[in-house]
This record gives sequence, C-alpha cells and structure tokens, in this order.
Amino acid sequence: MAEQIKVIVFALGNEEYGIDVDKVRTIERMMPITRVPKTYSFIKGVINLRGVVIPVIDLRGRFNLEESEYTDQTRIIIVAVGDMEVGFIVDAANDVVDLDRDNIDSPPEVVGGVKAKYLDGVAKVGEDRLLIMLNLAEVLNRGEVAHLEQLED
Amino acid sequence: MDMNQYLSMFIDESNDHLQSLNEKMLELEGSPEDISIVQVIFRSAHTLKGMAATMGFEDLAALTHQMENVLDLVRNDKLKMQNFIFDTLFKSLDALEAMVQDITQGGEGKADVSAIVTSLQAIVRGEVPNEDGASGNAGSNAPAASAEAAISKEQIQLDEFQHSILEQSLAAGHRVLYIEVSIREDCQLKAARAYMVFDLLERSGEVVKSHPTVQEIEQEKFDRSFSLYFITEKDPEELRTMILNLSEIEDAKLVSIDSDTLAQLAEKLEKEEEEAIAAPVTVEAAPVAEVAAEKASADDKQPAAAKKVVAAPSRTIRVDIERLDVLMNLFSELLIDRVRLEQLATEIKSQELTESVEHMGRVSSDLQNIVMKLRMVAIDTVFNRFPRMVRDLAKSLGKKLDLVITGAETELDRTVIDEIGDPLVHLLRNSVDHGIESIAERVAAGKPETGTVNLRAFHSGNHVFIEIQDDGKGIDRNKVLASALKKGVVTEDESRSMTDEQVYQLLFAPGFSTAEVISDISGRGVGLDVVKSKIATLGGHVAVTSTLGEGTLFSVQLPLTLSIISAMMIRLGSEKYAIPLSSIVETGIIRKEQVRNVHGSKLIPYRDAHIPLMSLSKFFDAADYSEEDEEETEIVVIRKGDRLAALAIDSFIGQNEIVIKNLGKYLPQVQGISGATILGDGQVALILDPNALIK
Repeated sequence: MAEQIKVIVFALGNEEYGIDVDKVRTIERMMPITRVPKTYSFIKGVINLRGVVIPVIDLRGRFNLEESEYTDQTRIIIVAVGDMEVGFIVDAANDVVDLDRDNIDSPPEVVGGVKAKYLDGVAKVGEDRLLIMLNLAEVLNRGEVAHLEQLED
Repeated sequence: MDMNQYLSMFIDESNDHLQSLNEKMLELEGSPEDISIVQVIFRSAHTLKGMAATMGFEDLAALTHQMENVLDLVRNDKLKMQNFIFDTLFKSLDALEAMVQDITQGGEGKADVSAIVTSLQAIVRGEVPNEDGASGNAGSNAPAASAEAAISKEQIQLDEFQHSILEQSLAAGHRVLYIEVSIREDCQLKAARAYMVFDLLERSGEVVKSHPTVQEIEQEKFDRSFSLYFITEKDPEELRTMILNLSEIEDAKLVSIDSDTLAQLAEKLEKEEEEAIAAPVTVEAAPVAEVAAEKASADDKQPAAAKKVVAAPSRTIRVDIERLDVLMNLFSELLIDRVRLEQLATEIKSQELTESVEHMGRVSSDLQNIVMKLRMVAIDTVFNRFPRMVRDLAKSLGKKLDLVITGAETELDRTVIDEIGDPLVHLLRNSVDHGIESIAERVAAGKPETGTVNLRAFHSGNHVFIEIQDDGKGIDRNKVLASALKKGVVTEDESRSMTDEQVYQLLFAPGFSTAEVISDISGRGVGLDVVKSKIATLGGHVAVTSTLGEGTLFSVQLPLTLSIISAMMIRLGSEKYAIPLSSIVETGIIRKEQVRNVHGSKLIPYRDAHIPLMSLSKFFDAADYSEEDEEETEIVVIRKGDRLAALAIDSFIGQNEIVIKNLGKYLPQVQGISGATILGDGQVALILDPNALIK
C-alpha cells in the first residue's frame, strides 16, 4: 500500500501545481502588500498576517513567467519550510486532492516554463489532469537566487 | 536600599536554579563521569551564590560556596563523584530549598547549616568517611542526641523484660515510681552522691532501670541528673524527703506510675523505635524546617516589617512570553477590524454606531498601550541591584569606586531582561575585581584614588547596547596569552598572529581565568564563559576594547527582536516609513534654490555648515513621488555618530510608538531597512536604518 498524501492545488498560467498540505499554513485572499525596496523583483513585499510580518513572492516572477494582473481569484498561499514562512502569490487555489506517492513521476526538463530542479515530480490525477509537484526547498533557496542575480548582472 | 522589589525576582530565580540543580544532579548520578553536567551544576550554583550574596542572605551564600568548592574539584578531575558526595550535595540542596522557602514566607533565610558545611569541607579535604560518610554520622548523631534530650525530659526507655517486671509489680500491689534526681552544680563528687542515692533507694525497694546506667554513673559519665524506675512499698513523699536529705542533692522528682501510663509508655517505645529507623533520612530537613517555622512566627510578631516582606512575592505573576505574543497578534487583528468598523460607521452615518465605535477606539488604544508595555521592562529593574553589589564588592576588596549608571530607562524585551541580569553581574564583578586597581596602585599610576565604572544602556539602530567601562589597569595582552598558552587554550603558533581583539576574546574561553587567587568574587574562570554563552543565546555578542593602563570597555550588543521605539512616521508618495526618533536631529523645510550641487552631490545649508541632502525616493525607487517636482521639500536631519545628513521626504504623518518586527527569515538584509512595524490600520510600514543611509 503506497503512501497517500494530501495536496493543495493551485493554478499558475495554464498549469496546475501541487504543494503538500503539511507545508501550507493558510491560504489568504489578496491583501495590501508593503513594497520592500532594494530586493529581488519577484519579492513583492511584506504582508501583515495576524501580527506576523511575512514576505510575499510572486511565483510567476520567481519562475520567470510573465506577471499578470491580480484578480478576484488571486490567492496568497502561506507556506512554512523549516523556520521560514513565505507567501506565494498564485493565480488561483481552490482544490485539495489525495495523491498516491507512487503516482508521482520524475519531471521532464521543463514543464510550463519551470525548470525541473524546482519540481518534485509530475502526478497524474484522474484521466487527463496533470499536477506539477513543487520542490519548496529549491524554490526558497536563496543561494540559488543570488547566483541568478549575478547572471542577470 | 529597599530590596523588596527584587525579592520576588530573587525567589523566582532561586527556585528555577534549585530546580535545575536538582534535575542536573539526578542526571549526573546516572552518569557520574560526565563533566559537562558538572559544569552546568557549577554555573547554577555559582549564580545562586552571587544572587544570595547580593540579597544579603549569608547562610545561603555560604552553603553554596562550599558546594561550589566540592564541584570545582570534580570539575577539574581532582575528585570522583561517589555516593556519599551525592548524598551530601543533595542534603545541601534540601537545606537551600528550605532556606528559600523560609525567605518566600517572609523569613530571613537563616538556618544552621554547619553540619552540612562541615561534611562538605571534609569532602574537599579528601576525607572519605567510613561507610555512610561523615554526613551520615552527623545526621544520625543529631537525632540520637535530640531523642535523648526528649527522653530525659520524659521517661527512660524500657525494654520488654523490664516492662513486664513493672507490670507484675503493679499487679502485686507495689508502687512503681519514676524518679529523676539532679545533683547540685557545684558538687565535686557526683558519682559518690549518686551512689548514696542508689544506696538509699536500694534499702527501701528495687531499682529496675536507670539512665544513665549504673556503670556509667559510677564512672561519673553523666551530667547533673539521672533518672530511674523504682519498685517500692514506701510513700513517694517520704522517699523524696529522704533523697533531699542527702547533701548536695538539688532536686528529686517522683512520679507514680500506674498500669495505664505503663501501657502508654510501651506504645511510645514502639514509636520511637520506628522513628529511630526513619530518622537518618528525614532528620536533615527537619531541623531546618523547624528553624524556618520559628523564624516565620518570630517575624509575625513584628507585623509592620513582616507583612511587607510577605506581600512582595505575590505582586507579580510569571506569564509565558509566547502567550503575550499571541495576545499581541490577536490584538493587531482587532485593530484591523476597528478601522473597518470606523469606515462602515462613516458610510452608514449612524450617530449611535459612530459613538460606540469611537468608544471602542479609545478602549482599544488603551488596551494597545498595555499589551505593548506588558513585554517591555525598563532595564532599571536589573541595574538597580548593582550599586549595592558593587559597593559591597569594593569594600571587601579594599577598593574605592563609583558606579555611574546612565540609560536606566532604556526599555528591553522582558525575555532579555530576565536573562541579562547574570551576565551583567559577572561583567561588573570582573571589572571591579580585575579591572579597577587597588588604591595604592592607582595612586602610583597617577590616577585618582576612586575608580569609576560606567554602566550604560542605549538603543542604537537595530540594537540595544549595554556597556561596562572601567578606568582600571586595562587588559595585559601578554599576560592573557601566557595564561592561555599554559592552559592549552591556544597554541604557540596561533598566539603570534592573534589580534588584540582576538586575545581579549580568550577571556571568554571556558576554564580560562587570569586570577591567581580564587576569591568568592571572581577568578574561577566560570564568569566570563557563562557571560558569552548567555549573550549568544540571546542573539547578541560581547566586544572588548582595552587600553593598557587606561581601562577596559565591555560592550554587550543585543538585538531588538521585539522592542518598542518612538518613531517619526513619514510618507513617500503612497508608501509609509518609520524613522527612529533617536537618530533624528530635527525636521524642517527647504526651498529648491537652497540646494547646491557640489561634485554631483547635493548639499544644503544647516546651521553654520553644509550637510548632504539624500533623496529617499531615489534610494528606495519610490514609484509615485519625487521631491524634484516640488518647490519646497520637507527634510529630516538624521545623525550617525557626529555626522549629519538630510533626507528629503514627501510629508510627515506624526510621531508614534511602534513595535519593531523583523522582515521574516526569507528576506536577506535589505539595505537601509532595519525592520518593519504594523500600523494601526493593519498595514506594514518599513523602519529606516539611518546608520545605513549615512556612509
């Protein structure tokens, strides 16, 4: 019997992504963000989440996707990895699915413009639904970000 | 000085230390070879001693000092932990607990600890007591002595055989008497007088049992009195007169015993036997507790003084800091709703709703003040106990010195306040003991007789600094290195390339101390290493600067993880920022034509000089504001050390007390920003770091 996990599903562009539900603190509607100057462009700023200041990342910007206008569907997913809490701005988040770990396949080189190293794998849900599992540790890896910055310079 | 306000803190901390001592001792008993546990115990004992001495509880300090001596030997591998050492140390802990308990109940924490102190000293001398140890002997002697005292006042113990004889005599209609005879104090031949009594009694009846025994009495091994059970047919009064007629007899008590009293005696005998078995275990605690109880009742008789002392411990309660965090966060949520309600009230234009929302606003801003202040404590509460301590220290060392305290009103987070006391005590003791020279040395060096120790606290940027500066002899680099080499803290090679700062940091290495003589003030080499680890756990660090012959400065830097500061709120287009009031010199308005361009940088006239004008909007890439479009611009003049600069801003909002929060772990250090705060409307505003703005 393979291990079952619960996954939060969110949308980014045309793809659907998944994050292990254990890593997700809350999902919030869009709220006022205070810009933090002199930092990466994909860090949108900080929000006040019930008295705690939390940095917010636009996931589109992080994956070098084209940034879009925020809509009613836009959500901020607050994830906790280690002792870091970070908010991800995503196009929409409205589903929770059960997954069999066995159904997660290793990812191809690039999925929807996102490099493989940010991904844990691709899971097939139902007949024709593909879910891209995020590797949160890599997404939040700051060393990698610094390297990226250098390349841009 | 009134110590009452520190009493509850002392009691709380002492109980914590005792608790951890007990736990660690038990842990050590499990693995007696583990020296690191001994280190922890030693530090706890050391701190407890320091606190007790500061508060003037001499007996507590004396006992902990003896414990420390034993632990010091163990720590240095000169003594192996053995069962009897554990027993003695645990007994010491019990005694300490009883004393602290006494203090809690308003007593003076005094207790007779000489027995334990003696056995601790015996351990230090390396004496290994036979079987249960000196402590055991001392312990079992004590109950025996007290039991004897009790019996001589009451009756002698009878064994079963003697008991049955008495019973049979009673049944046969004889009288059974309990006789207690005391001989005059100035009597030369007590044994002879006693013999005469026995002789007299024996002619009119039978002595069943005497205490002391007949042999002992003959060898004069008794004090002034002896007692006995006697079977006779004579009248007690008649016997009494007969005894008293003998010369040099002071008194004789005769008590008739009937069968009931005899039965009671038998019961008592059984009980005493049981107690005798249990005694060695419980006896140590009992006398102390008794003393404590006596003290407490004695204090009750001086109502005014006693009541004050008793009231002190109940004035504070300890609350988990985490709960305060939760309270604060929940409260911020409430504020957001309040702002929303205010908006709704204006939209609906209902008079009654507006009024109650306004009332809610007033209540919640009071609440906000209290919630914020709950966590903040002026460092005064820590500093206030130092003058007394430094005075006593200076006196015992024969030195003259002044302690100058500045910035005692600086507020610090309660967590930091609770933890920072011990390290500061150690640093101060260090300055007084090792820093300041003796009067003779000072005069020889051409310094004033009286040394000065400055204790300063202040906010700076993102940190709180606490500095301890003395005008003493400074740190001798070579002496420190020599000692470090001797103790193997550094190698010869390493020592050559070390900077002064690195050498000074050696003072904080575990087990390092330059003092040749161990005093109870400092010099065990525990102090500074505790200081460093404690401050490190608070996320701060200690820096040392020293000039040989002129003095030493210990600078403790602590982060402002959560702290309230006064700040000026400003606007930059649609964005809001906070500038710490502590670094603002003044605010003003300048006109465009006053700004001069010199070598590409802008200068404005300020007082008699020109200072650089910085564009905050350019620095932060503000999207919707630039002062270039304005004829007149608001400026804030900020200071870093003695350098000034002006910041061009959009407009002022006002002065506010703000809570400093960090930006979260994910964000790297942001240039020019020291943190964030949450405004009344729930939005986040960034706090400027003026230090980073002035280069």
